[in-house]
Amino acid sequence: MSTMRSLTFDAIIVGGGGSGLRAALELAKSGKKTAVLSKVFPTRSHTVSAQGGITCAIGSADPEDDWRWHMYDTVKGGDYIADQDAAEYLCSEGPKAVFELEHMGLPFSRFDNGRIYQRPFGGQSKDFGKGGQAARTCAAADRTGHALLHTLYQNNLKNNTVFLDEWYAVDLVTNADGDVVGCIALCIETGEIAHVKAKATVLATGGAGRIFASTTNALINTGDGIGMALRAGFPMQDMEMWQFHPTGIYGAGCLVTEGCRGEGGYLINKDGERFMERYAPNAKDLAGRDVVARAMVMEVLEGRGCGENGDHVMLKLDHLGEEVLMKRLPGIVELSKTFAHVDPVKEPIPVTPTCHYMMGGIPTNVNGQALAQDADGNDRIINGLFACGEAACVSVHGANRLGGNSLLDLVVFGRAAGIHIEKSLNEGVDYLEASQSDVDRAMARMSRWNDSNGGESVADLRAELQSIMQNAFGVFRQEDNMQEGVTKLAELRERIGNAHLGDKSNAFNTARVEALELDNLLEVAEATAIAALERKESRGAHSRYDYPDRDDVNWLKHSLFHPSNKTVTKREVNFTPKTVDTFEPKIRTY
Amino acid sequence: MSNLQVSVYRYNPETDSAPYMQEFQIDTQGRDLMVLNVLTMIKDQDSSLAFRRSCREGVCGSDGMNMNGKNGLACVTAVSEVIKDNKLVLRPLPGLPVMRDLVVDMGLFYKQYERMQPYLQNDTAAPAIERLQSPEDRDKLDGLYECILCACCSTACPSFWWNPDKFVGPAGLLQAYRFLADTRDNATQSRLAELEDPFSLFRCRGIMNCVAVCPKGLNPTRAIGKIREMLLSNAT
Repeated sequence: MSTMRSLTFDAIIVGGGGSGLRAALELAKSGKKTAVLSKVFPTRSHTVSAQGGITCAIGSADPEDDWRWHMYDTVKGGDYIADQDAAEYLCSEGPKAVFELEHMGLPFSRFDNGRIYQRPFGGQSKDFGKGGQAARTCAAADRTGHALLHTLYQNNLKNNTVFLDEWYAVDLVTNADGDVVGCIALCIETGEIAHVKAKATVLATGGAGRIFASTTNALINTGDGIGMALRAGFPMQDMEMWQFHPTGIYGAGCLVTEGCRGEGGYLINKDGERFMERYAPNAKDLAGRDVVARAMVMEVLEGRGCGENGDHVMLKLDHLGEEVLMKRLPGIVELSKTFAHVDPVKEPIPVTPTCHYMMGGIPTNVNGQALAQDADGNDRIINGLFACGEAACVSVHGANRLGGNSLLDLVVFGRAAGIHIEKSLNEGVDYLEASQSDVDRAMARMSRWNDSNGGESVADLRAELQSIMQNAFGVFRQEDNMQEGVTKLAELRERIGNAHLGDKSNAFNTARVEALELDNLLEVAEATAIAALERKESRGAHSRYDYPDRDDVNWLKHSLFHPSNKTVTKREVNFTPKTVDTFEPKIRTY
Repeated sequence: MSNLQVSVYRYNPETDSAPYMQEFQIDTQGRDLMVLNVLTMIKDQDSSLAFRRSCREGVCGSDGMNMNGKNGLACVTAVSEVIKDNKLVLRPLPGLPVMRDLVVDMGLFYKQYERMQPYLQNDTAAPAIERLQSPEDRDKLDGLYECILCACCSTACPSFWWNPDKFVGPAGLLQAYRFLADTRDNATQSRLAELEDPFSLFRCRGIMNCVAVCPKGLNPTRAIGKIREMLLSNAT
C-alpha cells in the first residue's frame, strides 16, 4: 500500500448529516482546514427524514416557557439516566442554536405574530410536569429535517467547506499512543483508498436502525462510526437503549411523525377505542414514546389489534380536517397515500412500533470529546476522537429520547464539538504520526474483503442479522430469547468473517460498500445484544418481561460495553448540573 | 402474472466498451412493488448492479432514474405506475455522464445549483431572537423549499441537455426563486443580475417537462415565470 495517497486536514468530519454539517460550519467559519467526508451527497443523509420538528424553549407558543422545564422533561423522558449536565447544556444552549438556524434561512412555519411555529410533542410539560401539556417543538410543516439539513448544507457552501462526497470511511487510524489520527477512506466513484490525516476526527455517522428488520431508518443507517470505534477498541455506552417509534407505517416502516398526535391525532384499536387513555390518563397519546409503543404491543397481544392478522393499530387524523392536514402535515398525507394506500383526510393510517433511534453510542462529554475508561474505571479522553449526533451518547436522551430532541442534539452538540476543536487547534495539538503498521492495521478489514474468494453473500447474512435482532431485541425482551440471540450473533460473526465480496471492481462499487457496512451492523448488533442481556431491569426503552421494574439501586447507571473482552461495566450518571438543582429520580408516569 | 421482466441499463467503465441492456426476471409474488424494491431484488441476484438509494421514502433524492421513459424516484414509484407490456425498463437519468449502471455524475447539476448562491443573504444585523416573518410571507416559500435535488426535472429538460454548462436548469432556478421569494433575503438585485444573460434563465422554453416529472409535485416553470416577471419589471 505504498502508493496510498494522504489527504491532510486540521479536522475531518465523517458524516454529512445535521451534526456533521453543524460542526463543519463552525470550523469552516474559523478558517480551519476542514473536510466533510460522507458516503452520500450530504442532503441524502438521514436527517432529511426528520419530520415533526426541533424541540426548544424559544418562548414562541408560550412566552413564559423555560428551558429548565424542557430539561426536566428530557431527564424524566430518559428515565433518569440522561446526564444532567449534558441535558442542561442541550436545553439552555438550544435557543441560541435554533435562532442561528433561522438566521441561516431555515423556513420555519410561523404563528400570526411572525414568530416560529411550535407544536405539542410527547412528554412535554410546563412547570416541571405540573402545568399541563407544553407546545415546544419548532416546525417547518412536517419537513423540519429536510429544511434543517438543506439549510446547513447551503451555509456550508457559503462558507467554502471542503466536501468529500461519496467517500466511505473504513476504519480509524490510531498511533502508537492510542490517539486517533485520522481514518482510511474509500472514494466510491473511483475505488481509490486514501489515508485521511487529521488532528481531530469527528464521527457524525448517525444511527444504525438497519440492524433491525423493521425500521424507520434510511438504508444508509448502518452504524459505521460505531463499528469503526468498536474495532479501534473504544467502549460504547447504553447500546441496549433503542427507541421504537409508535407510528411506523405498517408493512413499510416509514415514519409518521409524532406531530400527528401533537396536532390532535390519536391511536385507536380494532374497537375504535382511544386506548392510550387507559395507559396514560394525563398525557394520553402524548406520553413518552416507549410508553406508547408498549401500550400498542399490549393492545395487539390482548387481541385488540387491527387488520386481518390483528397485528397493528390505527392512527386517526381525519377529524383534524383537510385544511389542517394539508397545512401542517402535508408530507404525512403524501407518505400515507404512497406506502399505506390510505388518504388520512378520510381514513386512519395503519401503524406499528418500529425501530427508530439509537439512544446509545460513543460516550462523549459536552465538548464532543470521545471517552474511554482507564484501568481504575475513570473517564479518559481519547485524543483526536470526537463524536456528535446520533452516533454519540452525551448522554442527553438516557433510556428514551423525547420527540424533537434529536434535531436539537445535532445542532447543539455539532456546534459544541466545532467550538471545542477550534479552541484546541488554536492551543496547538500534536500527536505522533501513524506508522506504516498503524495504517496497515486500519486496512486489514478492507483487505480481507478484497481477498475473499467464496463464502456466503452479504445480502443473506444481513437479512439473518436483522431477523435475529428483530426477534430477540424488540419492544419487549427476556433472558432466554436474548441469550439465544447473543449465541446466534457469535456464530454470525464467524460466518461474516468468511463472507464473500463477489464484485472486486473499482468504479462505484456499491457491493463493496455494503460488505463494509455489514461488518458495522454486526458490531452494533453485538454491542446491543450483550448490553441488553446485562441490564437486568426495565428502564425507558429497555423493557424486560423477566425484570419488569426499574432498579435504581443497581442500574441508575450507564452501561459500558467493552469490545476487547465483550463485557459490560457500569458508568456513573451525572446528577450535578451547573445552574439548576438536580432532578431526583421519581416514578415515571404520564 | 407475478413474473416481472426487467430490462436494466448496464455499464461498467472498467470492463465494458459500451453500455448494454440486461434482462432480469423477478418474481413479485403478485405484489405491486416499488421500483426500488425490484432493484434490491435484482442486486440480491447480481451484487454488481450499481444504483444510489438512501431514505427509500422519497425525501432524500438519491434514486432518481428513468423508468419506462419517465424520470422519477424509484422508491416512491410503484411498478404498476410505469410498467408497459409487463416490462420495466430502467435507465439512468438522461443527459448526465454515466459513472456506472444507473449512477450518473451529478457534478454539472450541483454546479448550477451552487451558482444560484442557494443560501439566505441578509446583511442587516440579526436580532437576538428569530427574524419575524408573517404566515402569508412564509406561505410564499411553499412549493419551493421542498426541492430534494434529485435532478429528475433538469435531466428531463431539453434546454438543460443542450446547455448544461450555461442554462441553470429548472432545479437551480427553483432554488433561485426560493430565495428571491423569501422576505428575509435582501440580495434580490445580485440574484437577478446573475440571471440576465440569454442562457442562464431565458433558455427555458416553457416545455414543462420539469413539472410533469417532479416527484414532489413542484412547479419550476411557474418559479421561472416569476423570475422573468421580476427581471422585466426590474428593466422598466
